[in-house]
Amino acid sequence: MSAVVDEHDHHADDHHDHGPAKGLLRWITTTNHKDIGTMYLVFALAMFFVGGAMAMVIRAELFEPGLQFVDPAFFNSMTTMHALVMVFGAVMPAFVGLANWQIPLMIGAADMALPRMNNMSFWMLVAGVLLLASTLFMEGGAPNGGWTLYPPLVLQPITVGKALPFAVFSVHLLGISSIMGAINIIATIFNMRAPAMKMMDMPLFVWTWLITAFLLIAVMPVFAGAVTMLLTDKFFHTSFFNAAGGGDPVLYQHIFWFFGHPEVYIMILPTFGVASTIIPVFARKPLFGYASMVWATGSIAFLSFIVWAHHMFTVGMPIAGELYFMYATMIIAVPTGVKVFNWTATMWKGAMTFETPMLFSIAFVVLFTMGGFTGLMMSIAPADFQYHDTYFIVAHFHYTLVPASIFILMAAGYFWLPKWTGHMYNEKIGQLHFWLSVISVNILFFPQHFLGLAGMPRRIPDYAIQFADWNMISSIGGFIFGASQLLFLYIVIDTVRGGTGEKVSDEVWEDAGKHGLEWTLPSPVPYHTWTTPPTSAPTEHVLDSH
Amino acid sequence: MSDNVSKKNIKLARTLLLVAVAMFGFGYALVPIYDVLCEWKWIERDRPDDIKKVPEVAYKVDLNREITVEFMTTLNESTPMEFHAEKKQLKVHPGEYYTVNFYATNKTDKDMLARAIASFSPAVISSYFEKTECFCFSEQTFKAREAKTLPMRFVINPEIPEQYKTITLSYTFFDNTEKSVKK
Repeated sequence: MSAVVDEHDHHADDHHDHGPAKGLLRWITTTNHKDIGTMYLVFALAMFFVGGAMAMVIRAELFEPGLQFVDPAFFNSMTTMHALVMVFGAVMPAFVGLANWQIPLMIGAADMALPRMNNMSFWMLVAGVLLLASTLFMEGGAPNGGWTLYPPLVLQPITVGKALPFAVFSVHLLGISSIMGAINIIATIFNMRAPAMKMMDMPLFVWTWLITAFLLIAVMPVFAGAVTMLLTDKFFHTSFFNAAGGGDPVLYQHIFWFFGHPEVYIMILPTFGVASTIIPVFARKPLFGYASMVWATGSIAFLSFIVWAHHMFTVGMPIAGELYFMYATMIIAVPTGVKVFNWTATMWKGAMTFETPMLFSIAFVVLFTMGGFTGLMMSIAPADFQYHDTYFIVAHFHYTLVPASIFILMAAGYFWLPKWTGHMYNEKIGQLHFWLSVISVNILFFPQHFLGLAGMPRRIPDYAIQFADWNMISSIGGFIFGASQLLFLYIVIDTVRGGTGEKVSDEVWEDAGKHGLEWTLPSPVPYHTWTTPPTSAPTEHVLDSH
Repeated sequence: MSDNVSKKNIKLARTLLLVAVAMFGFGYALVPIYDVLCEWKWIERDRPDDIKKVPEVAYKVDLNREITVEFMTTLNESTPMEFHAEKKQLKVHPGEYYTVNFYATNKTDKDMLARAIASFSPAVISSYFEKTECFCFSEQTFKAREAKTLPMRFVINPEIPEQYKTITLSYTFFDNTEKSVKK
């Protein structure tokens, strides 16, 4: 461990190490990876609250049986838009933001490989999400056939109004944006690494993002193709999914989930990467089984391409198909189990401390595992006929997204904000935010398992009276969870504006410098970094694997 | 960034962009791939286009077996028609030919082009259900307010496995006036 930080490079080298441009135009024209990363993160946080507000509408309506606040079509718009906004507006951009900030810092690169394309992919994301949001104000309302956009439902006038073409073009823009971001990340990782850093020296966050980027390039175009087929079926009389013209609606489900299953891993693999970065720092041990983590990530990514039809067990498949997709799905538990084992083993006998990022990471390991177990339950094809399209699946994927991806994004915020801003966040409020979140998220989603097993279908604004109690409890958890996130907003703003006033060291966390290159840079991180690449890669996890 | 790295970046970006474009094409390629895979014997799925007219051949009638064939008639979305079968169900012997009449009426004052799509349950028996005549083989034209009698003649191949005692045959009429595949 001996990273040579060239001090000269960061402070004195004035002739090209200028700071950011002045004024608002800086943010529009910037090609700096830190600026773009910040914009991605701020945008994602804003969308997290927009999507969250929609979730609050849903939970308010489901607080009691009967129709209280919104009409059913609007309720269905909310479930559809909540999913689209959270997936494409919040979680994915947040991880791209982290990638923009962290990958160059972690691999010793001065910037992303294609900085102008980087700027373009951010602004296309904004355009895409605005286009999607505009459908909320259209005659007939926003798309309300579910985020999966299944035909023939989504093609019927009553479910789309005028929104379908806007939703489709929005998906195109979001897809192009993600693909450009992914190309940029791959080029950065392959070509911009410090010469001293071999592939198997890379921090796991970089590895997981590399694999995620390949998934994005492979499946986002397929989704773009599927929605284009919807568009031509609707407006140009093609019959891809129209039975009367020789097409088949089930075909859409196959194409959609060929994209959709890798897509859910696009949201979870970088999560794994961040967890693998945070846990070793607070356990004060190198990551256990670095190489197996890399291989597990690769295996999960590969498997994601060959299990898609487990989303459609009930659609009508040959027994051989049901069996194949059932067993293939179960195999995913093996590499995932390797990961959970490794995180636990990293903590084992570590000198652990429980700062907010670590608390969120531990909660992630526990609660993500629970989400994984319910996934395993549903991988059993005959049992899935009971769970399909009930609140059980809702509980499952929210456990793998909220206390997993979202918690880890929070953890990443607490973990790296001090490094980025040079200010320490308020630990007391951070801990309060954690405990409120971890308790309320379970009040929110755990009862939904019971509702699902009892047969409550998803995507309905009203329900039978026997579901009333658990729905009310779930809604209460939802309101507490939603309100608790305002604490995070407060902490972020507070930290940016000075936080506790405590000046953080370059390492920020005790001995963090052993774990990654970014901690050898000054705090706050200067506007330009690694204009001369580091001469060695100090990542401690490498000791473990060699 | 040195020129060398910059060149490498652009080259890699181009390659990856090509991969993305190829994957867009792959999404479309899934359409014919899907059709090909569904032809495989073990994919137990009825393909409406596969159920073609077969020549009438004489089978040995299996009088020991009786299979109930149920008829369902549905209209897609708001197809402005009336549509029903002459009977809800029929008990048949494998190998014997039967004709069932369906009645369809155009309820509009305009000419109409409609297509009936068949579906079987259980899907696997569709290969034993042989039709020598059916209104579902092609699109049907209806004049304004026209009522038609639509016959369907079929035989169940005696090789059908023993366990199938009930077959449900469903027809859904789609209004194709606007977007006829023939146009």
